[in-house]
Amino acid sequence: MTLTSSLLLTPLATALLVLLVPGNYRFVIRSLSLLGGLVTAILGVVLFFRFDPAGAPYQFESVVNWISSPTLRVQYHVGVDGIGAAMLLVTALVGFSALAVSWEIERQTKLFHVLLLVMIGGALGAFASLDLFFFYFFNELALVPTFIMIGVWGTGENRNRAAFKITMYLTAGAMVGLIGLIGLYGAAGAGSLDLVELQKQVALKPISPAAQAFIFPCLLFGFGTLVGLWPFHTWAPQGYASAPTATAMMHAGILKKAGLFVILRAALPLMPEGVRFWMPILAVLCVGNLLHCGFVALRQKDLNLLIGNSSLAHMGFAFLGIASVSVIGLTGAVLVMVSHALLAALSFALSGWLRIQTGTTDMVRMGGLLQRMPFIGSVMVLCFMAGCGVPGFANFAGELSVLFGAWKTMPWLVVAAAWGGLVIGGVYMLRALRLVLHGDLKSDMKGVIDAPGMWRRLPFVILAGGLLLFGIFPRLVTTRIQPSIQRIAEAARPVGPSEASPTTALVVP
Amino acid sequence: MNYSLISVEILVALLGLGVLLADLWMPPERRRMLGWAAACGVAVIFVIGLTDAAEASYAFTAPGAKTGMYVQDSLSVFFRQFFLLAAVLVLLMAVEYSGRFATGISEFYSLILFALLGMLFCASANDFVLMFVALELITITFVVLNSFQRNRVASIEAGLKYLILGAVASAFMVFGIALVFGTAGTTNFNEISLQQGSLEVNRLFLLGMAMVLAGLGFKIAAVPFQVWAPDVYQGSPAPATAFLAVGSKAAGMVLLLRVLFAAIPEIAARWHHLLGVMAVLTILYGSLCAIPQRSIKRLMGYSSIANAGFLLLGIAAMSKAGATGVLYYLAGYLFTVLAAFTVLCVILARTESDDISCLSGLGKRSPLLAAALTLSMASLAGIPPMAGFIGKFLLLKSIVPLGAVDPFYYGLLVVAVIGVVISIYYYFGLIRAVYWGGPAADMTPLPTSWGVRGALAICILGILWLGILPDTLMQISTPAVETLRPAGSAAALVGR
Repeated sequence: MTLTSSLLLTPLATALLVLLVPGNYRFVIRSLSLLGGLVTAILGVVLFFRFDPAGAPYQFESVVNWISSPTLRVQYHVGVDGIGAAMLLVTALVGFSALAVSWEIERQTKLFHVLLLVMIGGALGAFASLDLFFFYFFNELALVPTFIMIGVWGTGENRNRAAFKITMYLTAGAMVGLIGLIGLYGAAGAGSLDLVELQKQVALKPISPAAQAFIFPCLLFGFGTLVGLWPFHTWAPQGYASAPTATAMMHAGILKKAGLFVILRAALPLMPEGVRFWMPILAVLCVGNLLHCGFVALRQKDLNLLIGNSSLAHMGFAFLGIASVSVIGLTGAVLVMVSHALLAALSFALSGWLRIQTGTTDMVRMGGLLQRMPFIGSVMVLCFMAGCGVPGFANFAGELSVLFGAWKTMPWLVVAAAWGGLVIGGVYMLRALRLVLHGDLKSDMKGVIDAPGMWRRLPFVILAGGLLLFGIFPRLVTTRIQPSIQRIAEAARPVGPSEASPTTALVVP
Repeated sequence: MNYSLISVEILVALLGLGVLLADLWMPPERRRMLGWAAACGVAVIFVIGLTDAAEASYAFTAPGAKTGMYVQDSLSVFFRQFFLLAAVLVLLMAVEYSGRFATGISEFYSLILFALLGMLFCASANDFVLMFVALELITITFVVLNSFQRNRVASIEAGLKYLILGAVASAFMVFGIALVFGTAGTTNFNEISLQQGSLEVNRLFLLGMAMVLAGLGFKIAAVPFQVWAPDVYQGSPAPATAFLAVGSKAAGMVLLLRVLFAAIPEIAARWHHLLGVMAVLTILYGSLCAIPQRSIKRLMGYSSIANAGFLLLGIAAMSKAGATGVLYYLAGYLFTVLAAFTVLCVILARTESDDISCLSGLGKRSPLLAAALTLSMASLAGIPPMAGFIGKFLLLKSIVPLGAVDPFYYGLLVVAVIGVVISIYYYFGLIRAVYWGGPAADMTPLPTSWGVRGALAICILGILWLGILPDTLMQISTPAVETLRPAGSAAALVGR
């Protein structure tokens, strides 16, 4: 079995093992799933560093025939290019962290861990799939777990509504995307949804413009809904505010990126006509993410709603990078995906800790918490600074490249909006820090404690460390994604001047 | 004539009679055992049936004719095994449920077997006369099965509604068959298909076919022939409802496939808009009406209407791919719906009402039942890795390429998406009731018998098997539709 297959099967196999443990053996259940998460994380790191940027476009591949009837051929085909390797790495890290912060779950421990492991396995599978059918298949694995987790372990009186809203929005988006994929199956004429075969086939014979006009918007808006593309974004903040910590970490951090991932890897390189027509429109919509969601975040009193809205604003940067269809912009989009995965997961982990300690997520009721929690407080400062786009963190590298990439092709208004988004981001992030950490300690907050011991601190250290590492050495990511980005950008704009400018000079300090 | 062809049907009939006879000698307290015996018997027949060759051969042939009233081909073998498996699971369910019947437990079992016999003949019907007789056998047994709880008004009402509306549907159908015979001079599907050229301009023949389709539409509960379904589903005993949902619907579907694609493929090709509109209305009606339901069985009634709509999408595609999708969807539907009804049977053994609130706390009372219901609902909603997803995928896949030729099919896709999104609301509403449905009145653990565990294990494995390893069934369902000759929708023909 290749590294990719073992990586994505580890959490799923662990979920099966946990199912066999009797429900009242809580310690065994927690340890077993944490162990599975640890193995996954290690495999993710190994895969990322063993990925050879100079090697074959897709590495660690494995192919198994899944359906082979005359009318339908589907293969279980997994493998990674640079983008996949980077996303698998952060997924494995966030997955492990999510399992680690779930140690406190007391009610129906077994069910929670099984669902979370299925979610992690599904996310890994989505990023590892080279067959778009399997991408969809794995991506949807997380749907039922999300619903049950928000309902059973969620908080707030709105959780019922939030659970239905998130599930229905995600299903609607996924169904539209699925129809786009089926259209692609027929129109491309490759007789399969295998990404490698599709690319070969399209290089020989492009998809007809009429088919692209139907398929491209299906993929863009279907999978865009999963990302929270404005105006199809309203499910996200509410869902995350009600979700248990681990679910919010996985969803905001990882699963949201799956939509971007498929737009980037399937829609862009296969359908240049669609790109030409729809990307200007996407550029306008992403202003909605950048400014509208940013302004909404500005007004939030609830920490989770603030993080949820700010994560939508950050998705605006990723969309802007994609809309630029330039090598620098796409590189930036992937960097934003990677860094935001860590950032969103870290933010929700922190807010989860605060919620356990203070019993609330209302920022107005907190204050002065830095006195009592030096560790959590410092990590929070670090994390929110990263969220503002301060240099030295991975987000800075990503957002800067997006702006550079967009500058060339986009109307200046869009870029101005993006700068505006950065400024708004700074305002609400700093305001949140002031409300939560500074000022006088409220009288009912005397009992709060910092994260004790190494094990409790580990998930925060991993996520914050990742942000710093990729912020200081973005080259770790950029060199690996360079070949795929180059290919995607070339395929997406077959005509016009080549933009193979040396991106590394811009994004690597 | 060749009796070995209909050996399965003969065995089922003998089994049904045997159960009735054994009832005479069996002491009343041991009659539940008869259900076990019947289930085992059908299971044995199922295994025997697996060995049948799938070459087309005919029984009840007229002297010198190449075709006959009864056909055994890969399609009929597929559906025959389908019905046998469904009957095994329904019988296990009936054993669990039989505590609720005052008298006549063994009649209930044997009636299920006779309904099964009707379905088996439906699978092989190659002639309007055999089709009508088989459908009547199903209808009449279900009238009794539906009203079996004679002390419950709802059950009597269900039986009566099914009787009256079923009789109207039969009247339509028999009138239609008379017109078909009058114009074509034969009732045999193969012989009719040879005269399509002259018949397609004959208005009386077309009227007759439309009436036959109306009768079949009643069986599968498609709009505008769906009115009976919610009331009958709600009032009938749970095992009868389950068999109605799975068996009766599949019987209607196999006949629809055969009539449209074996008897009149070229005429049917011009009806793709009609069938598409029926599919749209059926999906929307079922989905929208299911939203406010509180009774689980009634909800399943509306859900079964919505599912009939999805199946009609596959028919409206007028292609072999669509027919394969229908077969796959039905196979997934079998495990899914029977899992849900088995769970319901266990719960209803303790409580009188099937209000959604009876699911409260099920996640803690019985993790097995909760998991089975969750998987079943996720499968109905069409979420991977469950069987329902592959079924929906195949149906959509048969529709999408046609949209480029005829934008009408894009309209079907829009409605399909709307239907799926609405269905999330009511299917996941049940999942919600299982895991956080508010305080439960009764939190005692729910014990499950071995029969129920076995039935649920088969259903769960079936749901996951069809969802995770679809190739096995694809290899069966793809050749099964080879005997059909859909001519493609008129629009698609132009495109080619």
